Amino acid sequence: MKASIKAISYYLPEKIFSNDDYFQFFPEAFINKENLLKIGVNRRHIIDPNETASDIGVKAAHSLFVEHDISPEEIDFLIFCSLEFDYIFPGTSVMIHKQLDLSTSCGTLDMAVGCSGYPYALSYAKGLIESSGFKNVLLINSSSLSKLIHPKDKASRYLFGDAAAATLLSSSEGNNGIGDFVFGTESKKFDQIIINDGAARNPFTDKSFIDFTDDNGNITNNAHVYMNGYSVFNFGLNIVPQMINNLLQKNGIVKEDIDIFVFHQANLFLIETIRKKMQIPEENVFNFIENVGNTVSASIPIAIYEAQKSGKIKTGSKVVLAAFGVGLSWGATIIDF
Amino acid sequence: MSISEFIKKIEGEIEELTPGTLKPDTKYRTMEGWSSMHALIIVALVDTDYNVTITGEDLRSCQTITDLFNIIKSRV
Repeated sequence: MKASIKAISYYLPEKIFSNDDYFQFFPEAFINKENLLKIGVNRRHIIDPNETASDIGVKAAHSLFVEHDISPEEIDFLIFCSLEFDYIFPGTSVMIHKQLDLSTSCGTLDMAVGCSGYPYALSYAKGLIESSGFKNVLLINSSSLSKLIHPKDKASRYLFGDAAAATLLSSSEGNNGIGDFVFGTESKKFDQIIINDGAARNPFTDKSFIDFTDDNGNITNNAHVYMNGYSVFNFGLNIVPQMINNLLQKNGIVKEDIDIFVFHQANLFLIETIRKKMQIPEENVFNFIENVGNTVSASIPIAIYEAQKSGKIKTGSKVVLAAFGVGLSWGATIIDF
Repeated sequence: MSISEFIKKIEGEIEELTPGTLKPDTKYRTMEGWSSMHALIIVALVDTDYNVTITGEDLRSCQTITDLFNIIKSRV
């Protein structure tokens, strides 16, 4: 019995922040338009201020139920993976359980993982199905990061978009399913993508809201996202090829056995640089970032959904999923569709 | 590897640079329109073509293309 991805749906908030909107807000960036286009983002969806990551997660789950004719009673475990939670406690998965009116015998779990969240959550789901007898695990990956980005942060406002993805994982009898995983954490670089203040270590003070310009010329403060772009770029460039080599070795296969590589959609320029470095042919990489931006842990399931829709991933495809980000952490797996 | 090759590679990657614009003594950070995106393009180029990691600090500590080239040469 293997755990497999049975269905995926996703939800994008209605409000759109296009590149035209961006250049109106940051006219000084217009001179770099041609180079910025290499990042691969044309527009991003922005969550309504009155909504939370769990609200759009619930909408993604509703889409999943309708689009794939799934009955909520079938769900026996719910995982919510995000960086934004409704309350300090109870867990946000509990709030989603309530909104979706799931069975009282359905377990709930929150996972606070950022861009590497999809492989991490898949490994939990796989364990629940293959080792603990669960039948249908609902995984929700949701990002409302725009609420936490400083309005004047010209790098993060260009990169990130809000979205939620819902994945149903079930046990399957055939050969298709989720393979082995590799994970890693470079905890010494915990401060390279961070919101410093507002939680237990550094409660908010007046200083939290004093703006500063970081080394890369982005304006932020300790109550909003800080990201060291060069450091994270170099991290991705170094760790992703290593991670994929380790993954292929662990699964006893070679790069040429893989039909499609789906990377966390951090930004197209980084993914393209990794692809060239690893000498992976263009047709073996699927990207979906242009109209959604970097949607944190929702980026991989959204890309899988679109790859399936366009026929790039079909039954029998062998697909590598590779993610990296906040932590700094990373994770990858192989899926036989 | 030579500095003229390195300059040609940079000019090939950065869209708006007309070939011949960059010189070994060009102070790249004070060029009109210089941005963190240009820096990322150079970081990616150096990683892919020379297998050398240059950091944000390297780019800030260097003044000219020659300074940058010397850092790369010392790490190849």
